[in-house]
Amino acid sequence: MNQDIITSTLSGALRAGTPLLFATLGEILAERSGVLNLGLEGMMLMGAFTGFSISYITGNLWLAVIAAVLVGGLMASLHAFMSITLRVNQVVSGLALVFLGEGLSGFWGHGFVGMQAESFNNIKIPFLGDIPYLGPIVFDRDILVYMGYIAVPVIWWFLYKTTAGMNLRAVGESPDAADARGINVVLTRYIYTVVGGFFSGLAGAYISLAYTPMWVQNMTAGRGWIAVALVIFAIWDPVIALIGAYAFGGISVLQFSFQIIQVPIPVNIMNMFPYLFTIFVMLFASSNKIKKRFGAPSALGIPYSREEKT
Amino acid sequence: MKIRFEKRDKKPSKLLIFLASLLSILIALVFLGFIILSLGDNPLTAYWQLVSWGLGTVPGLIQSLVSMMPLLFTSLGVLIAFKMKLWNIGAEGQFQMGAFAATWGALYLFPHLTNPWLLIPLLMILGMAAGAFWGFLPGVMRAYLGVNEILSTLMLNYVAIYWVNYLTYGPWKGPHSYNFPVTAQFPQSAIFPQYGVGGLNLGIFISIGMAFFVLYLVRYTKFGFHLNIAGDNLRVGEYAGINVKRMIILVMVIGGAISGLGGMAEMSGVLFRLQPNFSPGYGYTAVIIAWLARLDPIATIIVSFFFGVLLVGSQQLQLFMQIPSSLVNAFNGILLFSLLASEILLHYKIKWMRA
Amino acid sequence: MNETVLELTKIVKRFPGLIANDNVDFDLKKGEVHALLGENGAGKTTLMNIVYGIYKADSGDVKVNGEKIEISSPRKAIEYGIGMIQQHFSLVPSFDVTQNVALGLKDLGIIPDLSRVKKQIMEISKRYKISVDPDAKIWQISAGEQQRVEIIKLLYVKSQIMILDEPTAILTPQEANGLFETIREMTKNGASVIFISHKLKEVLEISDRITVLRHGKVIGSVKTNETNENELAKMMVGREVILKIEKKTSEITGDILKVKDLRVMNDKGLEAVKGLNFEVRGGEILGIAGVEGNGQKELAEALYGMRTYSGSVTVNGAQMRSGKVMDRIKHHVAYIPQDRKADALCGGLPIYENLFIKAFSSPSMSFNPYFFVPERLRLPSLRFIKDYSISASSVDLEVKFLSGGTMQKVVLAREIGNSSPKLIIAVHPTRGLDVGAEEFVYNVLMDQKARGAAILLIAGDLFEIFNLSDRVAVLYEGQIIGYSQPDESHLEEIGLMMAGVKNENTF
Repeated sequence: MNQDIITSTLSGALRAGTPLLFATLGEILAERSGVLNLGLEGMMLMGAFTGFSISYITGNLWLAVIAAVLVGGLMASLHAFMSITLRVNQVVSGLALVFLGEGLSGFWGHGFVGMQAESFNNIKIPFLGDIPYLGPIVFDRDILVYMGYIAVPVIWWFLYKTTAGMNLRAVGESPDAADARGINVVLTRYIYTVVGGFFSGLAGAYISLAYTPMWVQNMTAGRGWIAVALVIFAIWDPVIALIGAYAFGGISVLQFSFQIIQVPIPVNIMNMFPYLFTIFVMLFASSNKIKKRFGAPSALGIPYSREEKT
Repeated sequence: MKIRFEKRDKKPSKLLIFLASLLSILIALVFLGFIILSLGDNPLTAYWQLVSWGLGTVPGLIQSLVSMMPLLFTSLGVLIAFKMKLWNIGAEGQFQMGAFAATWGALYLFPHLTNPWLLIPLLMILGMAAGAFWGFLPGVMRAYLGVNEILSTLMLNYVAIYWVNYLTYGPWKGPHSYNFPVTAQFPQSAIFPQYGVGGLNLGIFISIGMAFFVLYLVRYTKFGFHLNIAGDNLRVGEYAGINVKRMIILVMVIGGAISGLGGMAEMSGVLFRLQPNFSPGYGYTAVIIAWLARLDPIATIIVSFFFGVLLVGSQQLQLFMQIPSSLVNAFNGILLFSLLASEILLHYKIKWMRA
Repeated sequence: MNETVLELTKIVKRFPGLIANDNVDFDLKKGEVHALLGENGAGKTTLMNIVYGIYKADSGDVKVNGEKIEISSPRKAIEYGIGMIQQHFSLVPSFDVTQNVALGLKDLGIIPDLSRVKKQIMEISKRYKISVDPDAKIWQISAGEQQRVEIIKLLYVKSQIMILDEPTAILTPQEANGLFETIREMTKNGASVIFISHKLKEVLEISDRITVLRHGKVIGSVKTNETNENELAKMMVGREVILKIEKKTSEITGDILKVKDLRVMNDKGLEAVKGLNFEVRGGEILGIAGVEGNGQKELAEALYGMRTYSGSVTVNGAQMRSGKVMDRIKHHVAYIPQDRKADALCGGLPIYENLFIKAFSSPSMSFNPYFFVPERLRLPSLRFIKDYSISASSVDLEVKFLSGGTMQKVVLAREIGNSSPKLIIAVHPTRGLDVGAEEFVYNVLMDQKARGAAILLIAGDLFEIFNLSDRVAVLYEGQIIGYSQPDESHLEEIGLMMAGVKNENTF
């Protein structure tokens, strides 16, 4: 009995954590370039809606995913234009993106509520999937979860071992230095903000095409916001992001496990856990003054201008 | 081709600011029109539906005022914090907690108190206290630990919503909840005086009064003076001897209290019972209202009314044209973007340069 | 030696409200050190920013090696062999030296070949005798070492034209000598150097030619061995500048500021002030000299209550509490911080509100906290406008639209005009001001000294300290390494102290 609980919780952690992971990784890249994009919730919703509707209309899952990714990028480019070129308040612009995403997805998604569409099935990896205990949990998942596994080391390698990654980190931490060395700060910020949007779109697509294959208004239920918090928790590092995302995933499915072993905590109280945990995590991360040492993008949220005469 | 921004060396006039806001609304309406077209509906008919009921008919006007009330309360709550560049996105949660506290008082704490002159002020205090507490938490976290208030208030929003859900689905589930859980109805002594049957209630006037109070607070008191200083430059506030930590907490507490009062007013004035998801996101719309009103408390009254009309209108849209009410959210998003862009144009000249 | 490597013709650059470069002609010959001399705000940095591609000139030509070119960005400038070391370094704090030198290099590859870069850094380091640790992280090394990294960056890409903007601002006199040696080594190897400075002695020592800018215009261009200090000074300001303010002697009363065992941490969590003990008496000006970055900022902030500390600070016998600004305000302490825009003025608020931000904190004013109409402050503000000759069209003007000098006058009017302070903490009070405003500030401080106030003057410019102070203390690595007299004859002694050499004969 207990083994089932652990297995189901771990499985749930990986599944529920995957959208969080994608959104967090994308936002890490964007914030590393110095752009704060709070619109994750809106981009994820549009990603979820786009993914589901395209899957419903065409029956082609990969087309749906690509469409969702592109839509996420499109929304992010709006925020990028506002924040980088027009240099508006990035906090408010991100919020506007959330409103837009919620509104458009709810509006256009109205007709898709209750519909069924193609969704991702689990694929078992040979050999690895047969490892006792761990195998079925980790290696018998849908392909997007596997993409999550791969994304982390790839992004880690990119960030710390490549020239492009070094340039990215320089732009976020000292845009003046990067500019003086000839790196195009504006272009860098545009690219990674849009890339962040791609990831958010992907995260949303996962939710409506794999996690809970359906469309419901506001189905991301605040996960975009949790991802924003996870970026701080991860200290902008992809590996810590992985730990955080799956941990949060685990907490959000904990309620199901509790129900099975009949822990008498009401559902709605358990629903609060991820959000309370996020607050707790922020308390911890904020009191750590290690941000400077670890090269957090200190130019985060501040528009860059070469000619600004102070 | 490069775009260069040159700071204007004159402050934009009030007229210009007003025109910029108007222009933003028009641009947003145009985009809205395109979205409506995408569903195959006629945008002009939609525009008309959106405003004709709320502005053109008496019952519609009253409904607009009723919708204005929670918007006005939450916008005022958010406005004070914004003046100090504290991004209080938690009006929604503070609003919900105020409603919760009012319900608690009316149904469980003071069920035998039949004198409305005693009960209603008591409920108001409860509502404000609950909202204040919900603002106090992120305020303290920000003041002493530097925790980003955007995230903390947002997380608390979800906690508050689930708290209300828990109560209404669970221990407070009333006798008449069949398909949809609601608490028992408020006793008569807990209900705001009503004027006619359209929903016009005392709460609406209290909200307008609150706007004037906030105006006084922000313009004619030491608190307001310090608020403006700290809002312009926190460090200079410290330099001037202002206890910045205390200011942060105070601002969040006052803002929370006002939103909490709004939640109480929604209970005592309009709904008379607590139910899950009773707020269509008032606290979030409040952010846009405060921004559109340029953080001016009196302008907030007008803008809240305008959004009240829109809210009522969106229900009409849903009823008569089957256009989902989430359209208003999209509208809000586009409006906010246009406002942001217009804000930049007000303060900077754009120069196009050949690279 | 006669080849012209850089030629600027009729350069014009405007910013809102001022002409930074007004038809400037400038040329640089191969292998020479050409100094660009002028006060703060003369247009030197702007001109060089145009050469380096950060700004674009409104009109005028730039020719490199005879060829007319458009320098649209720093990358382009680097391509033409132009390198610049700005006053604020372009370094990424969390990267190490090698990564900083490698950043932006063209042939770095997809995976950066850092070992190759490191090898070359060591070669350059040996050849030019520049000591640097390729593996050290930037946030951990000193300002002087950071500057050496900047120089290595230029040498790495074989810059032929090197622009140094006020390079000695963060160096001790001894480090400055080391820099000059490096410059001589570089020019011997064929590089040409533009040396921006406002310090006459330096410019005379290192350069071959000197061009003087004033208010955006070229006043004159001379060969260094054909001119002298006084002539240059006259060109720089249009009059005899070694501004000898009439130092008023005043009655010295008892200790007003007494500091015992003061320890202050900086933002990085390291100790910036390591156990200071000193007093400032009424009627005297104590000047704190020192290279920027030795704890001056932290000292000033701690004394005023904007930074926590351990140790004892007493004002007029009353014990001040760590981090409590109100204690200071109540005891008539005035603070004129280094960065007036960021620390002392609310840019978006009008002048009259800025004049009264301490309305509710200062004991010399009493207003009703429950009914306060800020607009009523306009009338009392007019007095300050007059007394301090604040040139602004109206008191409603937002402070961010004012010039540096006018801003400083607002700060002074508020700090000194509003109440008679017993202690004034002034940090770099004339930074960024023109000579007229400078003189104004000096006179205000002298007046206050005559009234018996104790003044703590923290400044980097030794001549400012000499002009005003009665005593000089030298701050080195968070401690007072010695005292001296504000006299030119003690200059070398002070220079040594600034570099950490303790003089056995002080006190």
